[in-house]
Amino acid sequence: MTAKTDVRNYPGFIAITILCLVILYAPLLVVTAYSFNASASITIWEGLSVRWYIDVFTGPESAKFKSAAMNSFSIALMAATTATIIATCAATAMVRGGKFRGRTLSFGLISLPLMVPEIVTAVATLIFFNAIGFTRGYTTILAAHIAFCIPFAYLPISARMQGIEGTYEQAAQDLYATRAQAFRYILLPLMMPGIISGFLLAFIISLDDFIITNFVKGAGIETLPTAIFGSVKQGIKPNIMAISTMLLGVSVVMVTISYFVSKKDNTQ
Amino acid sequence: MKTLLKASTAALALSIAAQGAAAEGKLVIYHWFEYMPQELLEKFAAEHDVEVTMDTYDSNEAMLASLKAGGLGTYDVAVPGDYMVKIMAGEGILDEIAEGELANAGNMMDEWADPAFDPGRKHSIPYQWGSTSFMVDREVYSGDINTTDILFNPPAELSGKINMLDSQGEVLAMAALHMGIEQCSTDRDKLKALNEMLTGAKAHWASFNSDTAKEVLVSGDAAVGQIYDGFGAKARAEKASLEYAFPTQGYVVWMDNVVLLKDAPNRENALKFMNFLLDPENIAAVSNYARYALGVNGAGEYLDPELATLPEANPPAGSGAGAFIEVCDEQTQSVYDQIWTNLKK
Amino acid sequence: MAGGASPGGSATTDTYAGARNWLLMPAWLVLGILSLAPVAMMLVYSFLTKEFRGGVIWEFSLAAYDQFFFDRGLFGDEPPRIEWTYISIFWRSIWQAGLATLMSLLIGFPTAYFIATRPEKVRPIWVFLITIPYWVNLLIRTVSMKFLLRDNGPLNDFLMSTGLIGEPIHIINTNFAVQLGLFYSYLPFMVLPIYASVERYNFTLSEAAADLYASKWVTLRRILLPTVKPGVIAGCILVFVPSLGSFLAPDLLGGAKNFMIGSLIEEQFKGSAGNWPFGAAIAMVLLTMVLILLLLFARQQARADREAGQ
Repeated sequence: MTAKTDVRNYPGFIAITILCLVILYAPLLVVTAYSFNASASITIWEGLSVRWYIDVFTGPESAKFKSAAMNSFSIALMAATTATIIATCAATAMVRGGKFRGRTLSFGLISLPLMVPEIVTAVATLIFFNAIGFTRGYTTILAAHIAFCIPFAYLPISARMQGIEGTYEQAAQDLYATRAQAFRYILLPLMMPGIISGFLLAFIISLDDFIITNFVKGAGIETLPTAIFGSVKQGIKPNIMAISTMLLGVSVVMVTISYFVSKKDNTQ
Repeated sequence: MKTLLKASTAALALSIAAQGAAAEGKLVIYHWFEYMPQELLEKFAAEHDVEVTMDTYDSNEAMLASLKAGGLGTYDVAVPGDYMVKIMAGEGILDEIAEGELANAGNMMDEWADPAFDPGRKHSIPYQWGSTSFMVDREVYSGDINTTDILFNPPAELSGKINMLDSQGEVLAMAALHMGIEQCSTDRDKLKALNEMLTGAKAHWASFNSDTAKEVLVSGDAAVGQIYDGFGAKARAEKASLEYAFPTQGYVVWMDNVVLLKDAPNRENALKFMNFLLDPENIAAVSNYARYALGVNGAGEYLDPELATLPEANPPAGSGAGAFIEVCDEQTQSVYDQIWTNLKK
Repeated sequence: MAGGASPGGSATTDTYAGARNWLLMPAWLVLGILSLAPVAMMLVYSFLTKEFRGGVIWEFSLAAYDQFFFDRGLFGDEPPRIEWTYISIFWRSIWQAGLATLMSLLIGFPTAYFIATRPEKVRPIWVFLITIPYWVNLLIRTVSMKFLLRDNGPLNDFLMSTGLIGEPIHIINTNFAVQLGLFYSYLPFMVLPIYASVERYNFTLSEAAADLYASKWVTLRRILLPTVKPGVIAGCILVFVPSLGSFLAPDLLGGAKNFMIGSLIEEQFKGSAGNWPFGAAIAMVLLTMVLILLLLFARQQARADREAGQ
């Protein structure tokens, strides 16, 4: 095939891809580099040092960040787990439940948190908790996170299920497996990669959320994003850069794990 | 899936345990950002065996909004400015301090013991006071800076390099001083003129930011910045070419106060904390950190001697008078809200 | 969003039709209470009377919508004219979000295409590279961007040291900085759906066209683009909608100088304005706009599905 008719390669596309990666990574790399700056000022470079990493764990703000990280991770874990279970059930009904009235409506409801802009969800949730007289705190954050995590868990799960032919379960049922057995031993294992990526997506979305959390959080309860926002508003400090770099590290590790887990599941 | 379930059950159990363990002896403070030294909080926590948590805000209005949006009943104390104490008392969201509940109440300076915004100090104690004006980078501009023209009608070399506080009260009060209009004026022509003047002045401004008021000046992102005096002193410590202005037209003065919130979940500890802050040694620690003046007698020996000579706290002869921000009635306030929206649209 | 409800195909069966209601129940309950009810409550609030300095009085009022659409002068007693203030804030937000979407498309499409045409083994690595930055907190990314773009920041330092520019370029606190921030925030959202549809694309179609002497660019435009259009549109929506309501980028990169929809709404609840019904009304207008947009998208999608089915 000559270059002229090679429809898989267009001139310039690789350059744009590299540009895309540069744009995506440049700010993160710059922040990573400056997190190792010995100077207390972000404008002057005074040589390599890990003092800001030590500061994150032992400095005056360490208690705040520790409890914020604790809140963030526990909320993300619970919200993502709950959302994944709910989404798996819902996806089974939607994809394997035949045609039924209210299917479109159900799909609309499930994707509602995706369609509504985040700021609107934030305001609506604040108004709702206020109207029913619910004091804001850990529980309100968790509840709000479960709700908006559902569509993020649902999409990969239902996409995966749509890729699995129904004949597997039907064959199992022909061999006298009950519906529950067909679900447990056939569908669920096949869906695992979808469920895992759904869970991870929901986990990250919860961990990442700032706007909604900021509206529904209560007194003295911070998640990592709100704690960072609180610090960062007064200017970018080197310890924030150190935290950012560590979060970047956590993300890379998590994506890598998820990549290998889903790969392993595929080969089973 | 199972591992996920297990892990999240563990997380749930952990977080419940963590919350249960902390149920005794708490104090939740709602406070301005970068103001209270962490060591002082730790000292209080250690002395009274109380677990202290602190949330921060960047304007009086944001604090009030958050309290009214369901924050009440979760915080024990807050630190509103003078006019905001009056507003909060009017809103009925402050609790009353009974006679004798604060052992150190006698330490208050006479001039701050019975202020107009909280007669008889029923809800509050003095915390810190200071002024709000602006700073100019003298490396960029060497002319006369003691005029509000710097903000609203700046010379060419400063245009486009001005940061304003993102606070309606402070910006509009300064604008009123610039035009010689009394605060809460209901005079239509004057208000229209104020509206127009601000719209024109905005073209010279780079940003609205309260929390980064110091940072933009130190980093050189702005050459002029509206700022509080103590915050300004900290900025000058990091960049010597910054100078705090005392405009001849006048500037804003304020006093922040610690108030006891209604439905405070830990009222006892809140009172202990207020009493703690009436102790000269403790409140002096705040002044030494935040570089503002205090309202308690007998703190002299604990204060950093440098505070007495801060150029930010000592107006030169011939500067204008300081003015407290006034509380307008609802109808007038709605006009000011409209002007603010017009300004930021 | 795309393809979730696509009918037909052997994967959609009725194996679990009997348990359907039980399976859907948790989702209905949780989302009904935590998503639908709040939006309904917000609609109610937008028709209530505002309480001075935050909160509502339970009395019906159209004041919030009146304030949005009609200008009655500084003192509220002039004859009503059309209020341009908020419309222009909406327009600015749409414009900013639109430009950010366009920038994302221009960079995102070639990138997605490039990745989708790599050998199957290395594709996940490319996708991996694109997604990592997205896994980093949006706030941190926005702050990093701010740091990078400062007048005395690393970007200007770098450009000046290479001699490309003599003076620092002033980017921070401009509309362009906001667009750049939005573009940067949501770029992966553009790449991934396009990648997914190009990956599914059957390249023998393009090869056939190329064999018939269609030029490469004609092939791209006439053969590939119509097929992957749903992915492109999905990408645009995934970038446009969050950009429209964002407030981190305008606040941190734009200097909070000009209201965008997100910051205008926030100001009503957390700022000095304290006008809840008005905030709820603005949010309702925004929501209506987005839902109309999505409805158009869904219709377009359904049409594409029908055409594909024929």
